[in-house]
Amino acid sequence: MTKRLAGLLAVAVSTVLAFPLQAQTPRSGGELVFPVPSEPPSYDGHREETFGLIHPFAPFYNTLLRVDPFDKGGTKPYPSLAESWTVSADGKTYTFKLRRGVKFHDGSDMTSRDVKASYDKIIFPPPGVGSSRKGQYAVVEAVEAPDSHTVVFRLKNASGSFMASLLSPYNFIYKADILAKDPNWHEKNVMGTGPFTFVEHVKGSHVVGKKFANYWDKGKPYLDGFRAIFIRSSGAQVAAVRGERAHIQFRGFTPADRDNLKAALGDKIVVQESAWDCILLVGINHEKKPFDDKRVRRALTLALDRHQASESLSKIAIVKSVAGVQVPGTPFATPPGELNKLAGYWTDIDKSRAEARRLLKEAGVPEGFSFTFTNRGIPMPYEPLGVWMIDQWRQIGLNVQQQVIEPAAYFGVIRKGDAQVFMDFQCGYIVEPDLDMYKFVSSDRNPANYSRYKDPVLDDLYDKQSRARSVEERTKLIRAFEKRLLDEEAHYLMTLQWHRIIPHSSKVKGWTVTPSHYLNNTLDTVWLSE
Amino acid sequence: MAVTKEALDTLARPERARWLQAIADFTWQRPLGAVGAAIVIVMSVVALSAELLAPFDALLTDYEAMLAAPSVKHWLGTDAYGRDVLSRVIYGSRTALIVGLGASFIGATIGALIGVASAYFGGRVDMIVQRIMDVLISFPLIILALAVVAILGTGVFNVVLAIAIPMIPRCARVVRSSALSVREMPYVDAARAAGFTDARIVLRHMLPNVMAPYLIMLTAFLGQAILLEASLSFLGLGVQEPVAAWGLMLRGAAVDFAETAPWMAIFPGVAISLAVFGFNLFGDSLRDALDPRLRTTQ
Amino acid sequence: MTVYIIKRMLMMIPTLLGVAVLIFLLLRVVPGDVVEARYMGQGSQFTSQDLMDIERKKLGLDQPLWKQFTTWMWGIARLDFGLSMWTGSPITEEIKLRFALSLQLAVMATVVATLLAIPLGILAAIKQDTWIDYAVRVFSIAGLAMPSFWLGILMILVMLIVFKWLPPMVFTPFWVNPWDNLAQLIWPALAVGYRYSAVATRMMRSAMLEVLREDYIRTARAKGLWLKLILSRHAMKNAMLPVITVVGLEFAFLLGGLVVTEQVFNLNGLGLLFVEAISHRDYTLTQALVLIVAAVFIFVNFATDIAYAWLDPRIRYR
Repeated sequence: MTKRLAGLLAVAVSTVLAFPLQAQTPRSGGELVFPVPSEPPSYDGHREETFGLIHPFAPFYNTLLRVDPFDKGGTKPYPSLAESWTVSADGKTYTFKLRRGVKFHDGSDMTSRDVKASYDKIIFPPPGVGSSRKGQYAVVEAVEAPDSHTVVFRLKNASGSFMASLLSPYNFIYKADILAKDPNWHEKNVMGTGPFTFVEHVKGSHVVGKKFANYWDKGKPYLDGFRAIFIRSSGAQVAAVRGERAHIQFRGFTPADRDNLKAALGDKIVVQESAWDCILLVGINHEKKPFDDKRVRRALTLALDRHQASESLSKIAIVKSVAGVQVPGTPFATPPGELNKLAGYWTDIDKSRAEARRLLKEAGVPEGFSFTFTNRGIPMPYEPLGVWMIDQWRQIGLNVQQQVIEPAAYFGVIRKGDAQVFMDFQCGYIVEPDLDMYKFVSSDRNPANYSRYKDPVLDDLYDKQSRARSVEERTKLIRAFEKRLLDEEAHYLMTLQWHRIIPHSSKVKGWTVTPSHYLNNTLDTVWLSE
Repeated sequence: MAVTKEALDTLARPERARWLQAIADFTWQRPLGAVGAAIVIVMSVVALSAELLAPFDALLTDYEAMLAAPSVKHWLGTDAYGRDVLSRVIYGSRTALIVGLGASFIGATIGALIGVASAYFGGRVDMIVQRIMDVLISFPLIILALAVVAILGTGVFNVVLAIAIPMIPRCARVVRSSALSVREMPYVDAARAAGFTDARIVLRHMLPNVMAPYLIMLTAFLGQAILLEASLSFLGLGVQEPVAAWGLMLRGAAVDFAETAPWMAIFPGVAISLAVFGFNLFGDSLRDALDPRLRTTQ
Repeated sequence: MTVYIIKRMLMMIPTLLGVAVLIFLLLRVVPGDVVEARYMGQGSQFTSQDLMDIERKKLGLDQPLWKQFTTWMWGIARLDFGLSMWTGSPITEEIKLRFALSLQLAVMATVVATLLAIPLGILAAIKQDTWIDYAVRVFSIAGLAMPSFWLGILMILVMLIVFKWLPPMVFTPFWVNPWDNLAQLIWPALAVGYRYSAVATRMMRSAMLEVLREDYIRTARAKGLWLKLILSRHAMKNAMLPVITVVGLEFAFLLGGLVVTEQVFNLNGLGLLFVEAISHRDYTLTQALVLIVAAVFIFVNFATDIAYAWLDPRIRYR
């Protein structure tokens, strides 16, 4: 008897547990309050590059396509203003069917004219109008609007990453009529189709948005409104969440902040973490001796004990995973078994450092050789990584001085080629090898390659993987690229992948962390449980 | 002095003993100043013999012992990289003294020279120099320091300059008003009549007589310089990692972990406060001793 | 007297001009410009050179230096400070927002400083060389010695851990909600006021000592009437003048110089605006801020000079 009862109980319990906990019904109402670390200089998404624009202003707009807000990998395309899409067999024509009944905040209808005008501004800006991401769409031949609810992109050639480039959260869809009158209007004004309407922006203080009653996605947004408060200091941001004056901060907090919040608020805090699509790289100026010698460069990477750093630095800085050219855990990332064979990723650090010393000796670099490491003047995580690396290089007999340059002047110095070894970085809105690996092609092709080298083998591998027809082929080519970049030639060194930590009030539901702090900020799926 | 036995004895006593007497008098009459002087001396000794006193190398990291609380091994605990806080505080005194002494000495000396020269030459030269000094003083200290760092870059030497430059006009102004009264003295006229060069008069006759305000400004600057260096390092614009500097130790991890590892923030702050406190006490009493009637303006 | 006033007023002009030239040149010497600061720091691969050139042209950065300077100066002459290079909004707007906070903080800090300095200074002077004197001096020098940011960090920590309370983060003007307003500003006012009281206390003490040495005071003291006489108008007036000078000059710096304090307490004030303007290489905004702070300082200087001259006729004829 008891056995059967136990069996029934087990069935009952497992049925209850089988229900996904998200099956709570979203509650309407409430104002979401969140701090934003930096204030955007203008409101125009086509022009700005900072997340400081996305966090407070993305809710006022829609893009053609978006990333699935519940996809933790942050890569799946999801319909937004485009309901559905097809790609031609040759991969050169992308056709999008637009939603009907979408209204701008002033009541006018959204049609393909508006999408075409917005993308024309991004890809083919009129003279005198700047577009930040023009270079990303060099493959686009033309944008057409054959009828009021269809948009067609014609490409010059097939491209595996074109879809990803359409997922950019910055590609706000503006009104064609406004753009025709004044292409720069959106720098100081807001008119979009997004779930929230613009209420006010008090400079240096806050941005307020209110629910748009006629939003095309009926029932959404759940929130009545939101308030984005500009708070520069991270201490004050944490204090805001801790004092329950703010619900969530969308960029990321440090491990110390997370631990403090957890200790102070216990169950009232939920922590979501993810690998971050940002990484600091060590650039090595190939035009400065002795760094033109690949033995010296390999020595630099062999000296770094990345595995130990992953453990220790992740306690004090926003870095964690040991990474190659792709964010760990994403489709094209090299698994640890393979990765640990590359120089600098060996698990036996003593062997690694002995090899480093041997290489230095062979290259004729004397013990106690001194060089300057140029770092960017941003505390987190540039400073801890700088301290760590200088310490690691000390252990192979290199005496490194750190020269810190403030951010406004930093890339000017690096571009000029004055630095020897320097910190570089890369941040993306989506994990896609074409975007992530473009940095490392030869410097005559990509001027943003500050290590100043020309490597045709690497370029060739890049082009091949971009045009690869199958996932297996592409993976193989990416691995080969990674091996040449990090192991054989050590053109650039990877430090550790950043780690995104979002502790937020447990009242906030419907928001999923992704590897990018530029994604998932439209706030239409977010609701407050009280 | 009256020709008494004591007076003759005093005159007969060797120089060194007289200096000792002066110091003893100072200590007795101005105990606060003596305390200040003691702090300064201790700090200097620590800075000079850092290698002997510090239990660990200031740069030695220990990732097994990150953020460790004070213990027998690490008296003041360790920081975010496992570096010994006590050792870093000790070596930090060296950085503080280099920057503090360097900046205030350069600033006060150049300022004094300019002030004296300006007072001596008078007329149009004086007016122009005065205007230039006024212009420099109108900039808030930290803004001028920020601008200098932005141009020259960070690092110990540039920080010294960045702190010295705003101090020059302040010292110049004070020394000038003192030098103005010296200029009217008869021996200056005599020197001029005797045909001495301007440079010689300025350097050998006027400068020694403005020693009092010069020393006062110097000691006043010392404390200021150490504080300014701490502020600049705190802002990330001063001395850079991994050099041990008190202001540097107060930023970043010290603030992040202030609740769970307060020793990182407390001890460098105490060190700064103590150092500036000592220099100010000493300078204050020195000012009183040299001339109680001397009132300094900005 | 009028001649003196006019003479001093005329001297203000070259000083201001000197400040303008100096900050203009200083900023152009510093490496990097606002366009670079804006576009080169985000880690993206596709920043276009022509976008940056377009921006530079819009801001007038491609013009020769002398032209940029004269355009700016001509604007100042018409009291038009121009637009911020970073946000494109009028500078008067940007400054107005932060000015209220900084002004209130400066006033509150000065009040705290004065409330501390005057009684303590008098006390220390009357009880010169006793332990009370020492205690006062130690107390005030301690205020000078502690780094303000350290004091701020400690204050916030104590509030958080002991009282589990945090000051409000957004500035509400006093007339909107006095309670929130004061709750935010009282802490930095105390930290800053304590610091600045040190100088004023010292001034008050030495000025009081001067007064106490005067014969008629000594006589009165001997007779036992000292307290009343010390607080008499004459004694106080002579003692207060240098104190007022010091306080006035410090006030001028409180407006733009509280860079670190504002960062620690997260105050949206002029000091933070300064640092942001410099790190963004926002030439127009930095220039305007420096001019304003310098103008306030020069004017306060001027006012105190006039006050001194009025009180001491000998100075007028220098």
